[in-house]
Amino acid sequence: MSKIQASMAGNLWKIVVQEGDQVESGQDVVILESMKMEIPIAAETSGTVKKLLKAEGDFVDEGEDLMELE
Amino acid sequence: MTNWQEELQSRVETIEKGGNEKYHAQNEEKGKMFVRERLKQLFDNDVQVEDGKFANEMAEGLPADGVVTGMGRIHGQNVCFMANDSTVKAGSWGARTVEKIIRIQEQAENLGLPMLYLVDSAGARITDQVEMFPNRRGAGRIFHNQVKLSGQVPQVCLLFGPSAAGGAYIPAFCDIVIMVDKNASMYLGSPRMAEMVIGEKVSLEEMGGADMHCSVSGCGDYLAVDEREAIQAARTYLGYFPSNYQERPPAGLPVPPAEKEKALQDLIPENQNAPFNMHEFIEHLIDEDSFFEMKKKFAPEIITGFARMDGQPVGIVANQPRAKGGVLFHDSADKAARFITLCDAYGIPLVFLADIPGFMIGTKVERAGIIRHGAKMIAAMSEATVPKLSVIVRKAYGAGLYAMAGPAFEPDCCLALPSAQIAVMGPEAAVNAVYANKISTLPEEERPDFIQEKRTEYQENIDIYRLASELIIDDIVEPDQLRGELLTRLDMYKDKDVTFSKRKHPVYPV
Repeated sequence: MSKIQASMAGNLWKIVVQEGDQVESGQDVVILESMKMEIPIAAETSGTVKKLLKAEGDFVDEGEDLMELE
Repeated sequence: MTNWQEELQSRVETIEKGGNEKYHAQNEEKGKMFVRERLKQLFDNDVQVEDGKFANEMAEGLPADGVVTGMGRIHGQNVCFMANDSTVKAGSWGARTVEKIIRIQEQAENLGLPMLYLVDSAGARITDQVEMFPNRRGAGRIFHNQVKLSGQVPQVCLLFGPSAAGGAYIPAFCDIVIMVDKNASMYLGSPRMAEMVIGEKVSLEEMGGADMHCSVSGCGDYLAVDEREAIQAARTYLGYFPSNYQERPPAGLPVPPAEKEKALQDLIPENQNAPFNMHEFIEHLIDEDSFFEMKKKFAPEIITGFARMDGQPVGIVANQPRAKGGVLFHDSADKAARFITLCDAYGIPLVFLADIPGFMIGTKVERAGIIRHGAKMIAAMSEATVPKLSVIVRKAYGAGLYAMAGPAFEPDCCLALPSAQIAVMGPEAAVNAVYANKISTLPEEERPDFIQEKRTEYQENIDIYRLASELIIDDIVEPDQLRGELLTRLDMYKDKDVTFSKRKHPVYPV
């Protein structure tokens, strides 16, 4: 199991995958909104989205876990 | 053959074999080459000159005292080198090892030649400490010499194995550190020592592995999968550099950029806030296959690398909107500061490609000293006297404009693409900053219209044609003309000769 973390502090603007989805390494899974920019966060490994740990609209700090992959 | 000759040959043969057979076998298992094989691969035509081959020959089992020093050629350019032999007491340093390293450094200085360090060493030979550690020509002098050589001649470190304790400073004082994944490591105290002294349990890879240093600490510049790749990287890197600071960087053959499916203007999204890949943008501007990226995995929100434009070496500093929105952080500012200093030291012109929302804000980065690190980058960029070309690709907000060689920092030119926007902050933030009170007094339903109206007004105020009309930027360039424009200007600026200021040295904001 691996976790996807926020690369910087910001607002969780969009989650583009759902629990149970298969994702590939390098695929964007969420988009943060920070410093007025859209910040795509990509999965570092391939796997299945096991659990979303944050909801759209949440503030997330740098290094915070966003979702679990399996 | 006389007896004398036979004896000499037999002794040389013994020395050139290095250490015990079992250490050769251990190295081979780890994918490590013998030191003399590495040197053969590195140079155009093997080692040309070797000194001190007989060092410590009177002692048993210490051929060359564990280090090979001498000179060779890379792309026809003479270079000096030292290379640890890890089959001899794990490449540890005795008195003669240290003296040999010091002498070749002095030779590099006298001759104005690049100095290469092929490091694979366990550190000091404790049994020899009085002879090699504290004295005037002890190990400390190696670092002292490195500091002195810095900016005089290129210093390159190839890290094939450990570089422990004090030895870890050899890479730290080099211009570039090329690390072989899994085998290379740098640390002040080994995991065993860490467990003993501070009670921490950690693996070598986590503590000081090549991947960690190339992605987290920023001590490594290039992560190679094996020794062959590392050696190739060192050769490629030196191809951008002159032998010393008084010479010009070597020109290569002019090559057009790689053919691309998308035109340059189609890479940049209409929406100012949407990301795009700056790497693709760079590929449009530079000669095909000429990019050599430094610290690729570390702080990727800024891209730093060498390239050729019409054959001439240039240093590229570009924001990467694809990573962290291209926002500058403490690590990215630090990374850029070092790269800019490196280019400036060896006369390599700098091209800045700006698309930056500004420096990051928030508690985390303030505590990490973003102001201090940001100041480093601005100081390095400000002080650079090589040709300095600033291109505003899209947005340049706040101190981000300053850090990317904005007009106040004496770039030779500040160009803008038609998509450029220069301002203290973006329209959304600005309207909020100026009209927050006013907005809160308005009835809910009137707010969106008011905000939109003010944003449009703001947009017009920072219009790029207005900034050109105020002489803030020097020209607005069509994207498909940008490469040509940069080539012409680089040629025009090539004899730039400027002294930044009269003083001993600045008080570095480090």
